[in-house]
Amino acid sequence: MEPFKMIRYMDEQGNKQDIEGAEAITEDLAKAMFEKMTLVRTFDRKAISLQRQGRLGTYAPFEGQEAAQVGSASALKGEDWLFPTYRDHAATITFGHSLPRVFLYWNGRVEGCVAPEGKHIFPPAVPIATQLPHATGAALAEKWKGTDNAAIVYFGDGATSEGDFHEGMNFASVFKAPVVFFNQNNQYAISVHISRQMNSETIAQKSVAYGIPGVRVDGNDIFAVHFETKKALERARRGEGPTLIEAVTWRYGAHTTADDPTKYRDQEASVQKRPQIDPLLRLERFMKNEGYWDQDWAEEVRKKCTETIESAVAEMESFPEPNVEDIFDYVFEKPTWTIQQQKEEYLQLLRGNQG
Amino acid sequence: MSTTMTNVQKLSLVQAVTDGLRTMMKERKEVIVMGEDVGKNGGVFRATEGLMEEFGEDRVIDTPLSEAGIVGTGIGLALNGFLPVVEMQFLGFIYPAFEQIMTHATRIRMRTLGKYSVPMVIRAPYGAGIRAPEIHSDSVEALFTHMPGIKVVCPSNPYDAKGLLIASIEDPDPVLFMESMRCYRSTKAEVPTGKYTVEIGKANVLTEGEDVTIFAWGAMVVIAEKAAAEFKKKNISCEVVDLRTLYPLDKETISASIQKTGRAVIIHEAHATGGVGSDLIGLINDTSFLYLKAPIERVTGYDVPVPFSALEDHYVPTVQRLVKAIDKVIHF
Ligand SMILES: Cc1ncc(C[n+]2csc(CCOP(=O)(O)OP(=O)(O)O)c2C)c(N)n1
Repeated sequence: MEPFKMIRYMDEQGNKQDIEGAEAITEDLAKAMFEKMTLVRTFDRKAISLQRQGRLGTYAPFEGQEAAQVGSASALKGEDWLFPTYRDHAATITFGHSLPRVFLYWNGRVEGCVAPEGKHIFPPAVPIATQLPHATGAALAEKWKGTDNAAIVYFGDGATSEGDFHEGMNFASVFKAPVVFFNQNNQYAISVHISRQMNSETIAQKSVAYGIPGVRVDGNDIFAVHFETKKALERARRGEGPTLIEAVTWRYGAHTTADDPTKYRDQEASVQKRPQIDPLLRLERFMKNEGYWDQDWAEEVRKKCTETIESAVAEMESFPEPNVEDIFDYVFEKPTWTIQQQKEEYLQLLRGNQG
Repeated sequence: MSTTMTNVQKLSLVQAVTDGLRTMMKERKEVIVMGEDVGKNGGVFRATEGLMEEFGEDRVIDTPLSEAGIVGTGIGLALNGFLPVVEMQFLGFIYPAFEQIMTHATRIRMRTLGKYSVPMVIRAPYGAGIRAPEIHSDSVEALFTHMPGIKVVCPSNPYDAKGLLIASIEDPDPVLFMESMRCYRSTKAEVPTGKYTVEIGKANVLTEGEDVTIFAWGAMVVIAEKAAAEFKKKNISCEVVDLRTLYPLDKETISASIQKTGRAVIIHEAHATGGVGSDLIGLINDTSFLYLKAPIERVTGYDVPVPFSALEDHYVPTVQRLVKAIDKVIHF
């Protein structure tokens, strides 16, 4: 018996699987998913190209992980909470983050951390796994306030080695917090392959230790990700507590634009995987199989996405200059005398420079 | 300083670190290197480049992503015969290991009346000014100088980096070895190929001067030397002291310099409050209060998290800020 079998709604050739839930896939859903995945892929490629031109700082690409992020984040409802890492912009964009702001974040602007009004999207967690307990806490608050809102928290395979992973999951299971722990197993933590990260066969099976459901999905199958996340969120809303989802996926490129993947893996092999695993290609095949595909429509989608991203870049680049005072003004609600004094001295020095 | 001068080679600071590790791994089989990405990848800054090929996977170990695990396991290895040199990928990610360092690495000797000890080195790149993402730029040496039971070392040049690293590996107690990312590749200098040490706890008078002493470490040494050069043009001579070790401070060198110049400016990129600068002022009060001709000035990072890269330059002390402080003590 394989206790944590990989769940698929469509196979690699895009054939619909005979699995409960697959009948819910509609043409509209398929088209919406294709549009979102195309948008975030355009974003990702643009970000890399801007970084290479020196118009963006170090960037963490996610190409290959679009289905995992878009599929899961599109299962949320408006008032839910989303706790991302530095690689989860596809999820935050899907959930309604502003494109220019996400670009700004990678340009070293703190404004990039601020999601649109009314959206509970937390700034990306940079230290590994620290966001898991936060999500547990935010979810518990919703439960204790009596809402049916839930939280989703994203993390990589490497994150499962940190203590915070255990602590966040354990609290959530003890208190039945309405939170979905969404793992993207892209099989590498920078250069360290998962076989060096853990000795367990799957990440999903770690749920057993916490007495919560564990789900292993094909992270490149957008429908599997979407519907399984939806189920987990519904369980959470019904008061049945957390779920651990492992979405098995792959990052084609480097860990960040400062990383050289050829040091630790064969990049040629990574490229060659694409026809089998690429989440967009798979959806395209599926749509063709189901008779949903329309080439003109697809071209139109791609064109629109390019335009949307270009205009986001323009907006990012025309954003007002950063305000020096911001570094002093948001440490406390009211600055302490130390910060106040340091701010005054520094601003005086800057004024002196101008005069 | 003991040297078996054989040959010299031109190395950057990060290459000097690699060379120091290699030298000690060759000399003592107990020395092992552990951390995230230190093996196949050779470290994200290439500080352990080539070591896995040379010494094998048993001595250069890619660990799971867990700072508490790395330091905690390192403690166990150290108290049972190994000499682990563990890498924190960035000082800003050392916090999960804080408990292991604070409550165990630093106290085992005391708790066992010397029966066990932890001869471990924790290497950690640190500091702002290289446009790294959030948290990567922290400069929190004071958290560790405040801990009883660990030495804190911070070289500013390739020669010191290798010599101090070897001394740290040979030290019978835990050492936090801070490597300035800004200094990693900024210059190359001559470094002996063989084994040599730079004594822990000894500051270095880099430039002699009469009128004012500038105390600095790590990346701020470069700023201090630039400011000293500016004042030289105005016939004011600055003595630049590179502290090199932040715990324990070099009482003799520090007080001798103050007693000569009578004025001091301290520069550090760490936050002002509770920074190592405060300790230095305490030490100067204790040893040399009556020699002072002016209150001691501090040029530091502010009491704010290191800003995102777009505003980072407003945080890190500059030559201009240092010059202003020096002017103030000279014209007090
Ligand atoms: C506490 C901590 N230690 C080290 C790092 C440096 N670091 C950044 S990303 C990363 C690998 C993370 O791998 P994984 O959790 O699998 O996520 P992925 O990057 O693959 O999305 C490491 C070691 C960090 N950010 N935080």
